Amino acid sequence: MSHDQHNRTSPRRRIMQGLMVLPLIALPALSFGANPPTAQVNTTKLAVTDTEVTVGQLHSATGTMAISETGSIQAEQLAIDQINAMGGVLGRKIKVIKEDGASDWPTFAEKSKKLLINDKVAAVFGCWTSASRKAVLPIFEKENGMLYYPTFYEGLEQSKNVIYTGQEATQQILWGLDWVSKEKKAKTYFLVGSDYIWPRTSMKIARKHIEGHLAGSKVVGEEYYPLGHTNFNSLINKIKAAKPDVIFIAVVGGSNVSFYKQLKAAGVTAAKQTLLTISVTEDEVLGIGGENMQGFYASMKYFQSLDNANNKKFVEAFKAKYGAKAVIGDVTQAAYLGPWLWKATVEKAGSFDVDKIAAASKDIEFKGAPEGYVKVHENHHLWSKTRIGQAQADGQFKVVAESPELIEPNPFPKGYQ
Amino acid sequence: MQKIKTWIDQRGLNGFIILAILLAVVFPLAMDIFRLNLVGKYLTYGFVAIGLVMCWGYGGVLSLGQGVFFGLGGYAMAMFMKLEASDPITTKIQSTPGIPDFMDWNQITALPMFWKPFQHLPLALLAVIVVPTLLAFIISFAMFKRRVGGVYFAIITQAVALIVTVLIIGQQGYTGGVNGITDLKTMLGWDTRTNSAKYILYFVTVGLLLGSIYLCHWIQKSKLGTLLLAMRDKEDRVRFSGYDVAMFKVFAFCLAAMLAGIGGAMFTLQVGFMSASFVGIVPSIEMVIFAAVGGRMSLVGAVYGTLLVNFGKTYFSESFPDLWLFLMAGLFIGVVMAFPDGLAGVYTSHVKPWFIKRMASVGKTGSKPGGTAKAAASDAAAEMTVLETPPGTTPRNVMPINTGLGGIQGQSA
Repeated sequence: MSHDQHNRTSPRRRIMQGLMVLPLIALPALSFGANPPTAQVNTTKLAVTDTEVTVGQLHSATGTMAISETGSIQAEQLAIDQINAMGGVLGRKIKVIKEDGASDWPTFAEKSKKLLINDKVAAVFGCWTSASRKAVLPIFEKENGMLYYPTFYEGLEQSKNVIYTGQEATQQILWGLDWVSKEKKAKTYFLVGSDYIWPRTSMKIARKHIEGHLAGSKVVGEEYYPLGHTNFNSLINKIKAAKPDVIFIAVVGGSNVSFYKQLKAAGVTAAKQTLLTISVTEDEVLGIGGENMQGFYASMKYFQSLDNANNKKFVEAFKAKYGAKAVIGDVTQAAYLGPWLWKATVEKAGSFDVDKIAAASKDIEFKGAPEGYVKVHENHHLWSKTRIGQAQADGQFKVVAESPELIEPNPFPKGYQ
Repeated sequence: MQKIKTWIDQRGLNGFIILAILLAVVFPLAMDIFRLNLVGKYLTYGFVAIGLVMCWGYGGVLSLGQGVFFGLGGYAMAMFMKLEASDPITTKIQSTPGIPDFMDWNQITALPMFWKPFQHLPLALLAVIVVPTLLAFIISFAMFKRRVGGVYFAIITQAVALIVTVLIIGQQGYTGGVNGITDLKTMLGWDTRTNSAKYILYFVTVGLLLGSIYLCHWIQKSKLGTLLLAMRDKEDRVRFSGYDVAMFKVFAFCLAAMLAGIGGAMFTLQVGFMSASFVGIVPSIEMVIFAAVGGRMSLVGAVYGTLLVNFGKTYFSESFPDLWLFLMAGLFIGVVMAFPDGLAGVYTSHVKPWFIKRMASVGKTGSKPGGTAKAAASDAAAEMTVLETPPGTTPRNVMPINTGLGGIQGQSA
């Protein structure tokens, strides 16, 4: 009898049990959706929750570098906003902790420690000058963080913990020199740079290339000036005396303004003189004035005027967010790539863990890049094209040449050291 | 117990003991290693600040170039660590393995002569102390013997800061230039980046700082300290009494430089790099601000000032990345306008009288008969009478000699 009773009640109980269990099954299914559980994508105690992933942004918002780094801050923010609007990374919205490096290298070091040790951010987008990168690099390596670094730079560095989204020196320089040698039939070169590691290394590479790889070409002068130097009259006299076919320039920052104004005042204009720079983007032209730069050439991987669908969308979005007068230089575009490359890498690795991202970075592509198409090399630099832009009076560059293929990054170039 | 207490009171060591407890016990217990490491960094500026108390507060010699000495000490330590990090195996990718990476980038093919001594730790440690002191001696001897002083001397120290910065940045093949000397990892094989190393370095810094404060306190209490003060207030009078005024000033300046050098070396050890950005005019002036905020007559106050300003800097810049510079400026202007004698001045003029009054009232009402309260009250009363002694015979500015390290206690008249 009791047996019977039991049997009778049991179907109901089973349904009840089933109903009770249902939410337990539904709960994880609902909250995680397609998202893999946090325990699986984050085994190294990073700041990743079921709905959010925290990243850091470390640039100079104050101090002398703020004028250059603001573009990078804006581009990274734009990319992050766009990624969040698309649903985030592995279903998690990106939250940004902003820190100010204040144009001061020790502050960069302190803030990177804070981001990595205290905030446990999954990645950091930041730094601009080589000095700030050198200051934080040991910390990223020790604490095993991930840095996306946007500036074109001198090379001679490669780290598991850094993705270099700008060009290293050989990518930017060699193709540009080949172009000027072929198109302008240049034989003599005068090299000028600011006096620190990036121009020095760049000029060393340029000299080796000119003397070793461009038939019959030679360097007729090489000069360096301290950062912030503003009186270039003696240099201009030297250039006039040497009569080079090409002036090859890596002068940075505020010095640019005086340099180009004084060149123009001395009658050295594009009509008579070919000039190729690797240090002037649209951002710098704002300060120099388009009329002072008109007709001179720059060798970069990106110009705002690039004609492709990705870039049109990017420029439009950038101007919608930061005003119609905003200009976008090479570094700003490279900074925009950072969050997108990181997202692609995280999704390929299926994890936020730094070790897995470092390993998965090789061959990550970004087809939506404003510069066209980029791919991450095994050495954590990007394959990219190099372009020659000619400065226009309105402060934009007209793209006059483009390398036919992506150029392989080679931070430790053999024969150029 | 009572004996120890009187001994401490007599020597004006109260503030010192409180600071020691705070740094050596409270902070390590209350903070995680990241914050503690930051405090360790701030304390290295504290060396500069107490040096400024000695040469500016006591000696009357304002230096706007302390960053130079901080930097020299830091560079001496960094050079040793960089050479250790640049062994031929880790640098085999370079054109010339075995030299620091930045030299290789600048086409230098052999280790320069002046780097050679820094291959040995004892020589490097010696250089940390000797190089800044020697430079300070040369500058100050040349100036003070010619009776160049006051604001002119301040301007010259500032010029020196500028010259040394330009020199370091310009000679990047030998110094690392703008980037500085980076990627420092070990000292004699001991990894300075681990958590345990950070704790050890923090306590070494605290120990050295407290030792330095005690040394300065001892100098203040000695005849030398009295003479320094006398010289600051009436230089000619001391000179006519037969003292060589210039050499006293040289001494104060060299002492400050030596302390700054030690601070710089501890900075390099804790932060892991050294760059020209500490040597310039701006950081040098910032260091004067630390001392001014803390109170330039008080050794302990200067350390609190350093901590307050740097905590403020870190906190504001973390919490308000867009506004923090304004907030810092507000802090400086606020403190200097409201409390010209700095934090130490606030203590003497407000906190201490209130405390004494409170203790005294507790004693009077006898709510806690006998025991400690009464004793404390009578102590306090006794102290008050000392402080209230009409300063007629003693010039106001000489007051702090008696209370010395207190600084916190000084400046009451």
